[in-house]
Amino acid sequence: MYNFEFEKPGSVADAIAALGTEDAQALGGGQTLIPTLKQRLAQPSKLVSLKGIAEMQGVCTGDDGAICIGGATNHATVASEAGGYPALAATAAHIGDPAVRNRGTIGGSLANNDPSACYPAAALGSGATIVTNTREIAADDYFQGMFTTALDEGEIITEVRFPVPEKANYQKFVQPASRFALVGVFIAKYADGVRVAITGASNDGVFRWAEAEAALSSNFSPDAIDGLSLSGDDMISDLHGTGDYRAHLCGVMTKRAVAAAA
Amino acid sequence: MAQVSMTVNGKAASGEVEGRTLLSSFLRDQLMLTGTHVGCDTSQCGACVVHVDGQAVKACTMLAMEADGADVATIEGQANADGSLNVIQQAFQDHHGLQCGFCTPGMVMSAAALLKENPKPSEQEVREYLEGNICRCTGYHNIVKAIMAASGQDVTAIAAE
Repeated sequence: MYNFEFEKPGSVADAIAALGTEDAQALGGGQTLIPTLKQRLAQPSKLVSLKGIAEMQGVCTGDDGAICIGGATNHATVASEAGGYPALAATAAHIGDPAVRNRGTIGGSLANNDPSACYPAAALGSGATIVTNTREIAADDYFQGMFTTALDEGEIITEVRFPVPEKANYQKFVQPASRFALVGVFIAKYADGVRVAITGASNDGVFRWAEAEAALSSNFSPDAIDGLSLSGDDMISDLHGTGDYRAHLCGVMTKRAVAAAA
Repeated sequence: MAQVSMTVNGKAASGEVEGRTLLSSFLRDQLMLTGTHVGCDTSQCGACVVHVDGQAVKACTMLAMEADGADVATIEGQANADGSLNVIQQAFQDHHGLQCGFCTPGMVMSAAALLKENPKPSEQEVREYLEGNICRCTGYHNIVKAIMAASGQDVTAIAAE
């Protein structure tokens, strides 16, 4: 690792000020960033830990019934405290491994937008709102391709708001070495329709499967997916699986998610 | 360089570290607590698991400065006050839960974290909790058995496999 300064502010305002330093970088739980730094793939001048900011910690329920999660809340806390949205709690409970879940944060995961991460599927599949220090961003506008988001330089995720659906489920086909999703499908059934978000598959990162959403909105059963397919051409193809294999898994995992949705 | 202070195995510890100094490096190189092993250094293998404020974490993927002010527990602090092995450590010995022993500190620390939050885990729950701890010797079977035994559960059925 190249060396850097370290700062742990106690408020969002102090964090934003600290991030004003040239090449400063926000640090959530560091479960992706620290390995990245070890490989010398980044060279920040300063890391600004967001873990000391009390207002960015914890899970609560908003006035509109949405589950609101502070940006610096770790996965283990979401798993144990987001019981108001069971599919979201279950998703958090299966990210990485227990030690990773005790450090990694929802804000860090969404800011990184790894194309195989679980939280982007949960956020997009739920139509969540990404709240930053300056604005609120709809999930549909937030994810802009692999490792790319709507966040500006120095902007941090302070909270994520998840509207609670009637039914939802996340099915992850685990890549056993990394424990990331080879393909993960998050489905959520709301009064106004079904959302289907897929991670791990596309070269463009997390995406919504519009045809499956339309089919499931009129018939919420695994059979509704019969006959639907995605092209493997734009899918990730690596030693773990070809694009066509991932495209196939999208259908399989969507069906499983519908069957398991509660 | 900056000063960090923390409690390690119940004793105050402090030292000068760089921003990039990992908690695993601080424990091993400055406090000379080399029981925390660094296997992969990529947060895959779990040999470096310690507890920070009661939570299991991978010490190779946390900065020493992130642990400033924290209560840290390592394998060196796990034995009973009289120096004898604690229940989990003794169970690993009794059930041959180790061969080369490299992964064992992380396994014991993960097991301790598991049994604190789930005192009577099922075999499946033990296996799932150990997802982030890799052992290249044992095939995990005797590790799982040791943890089940440490939780006070009957392991004869597991032993029969």
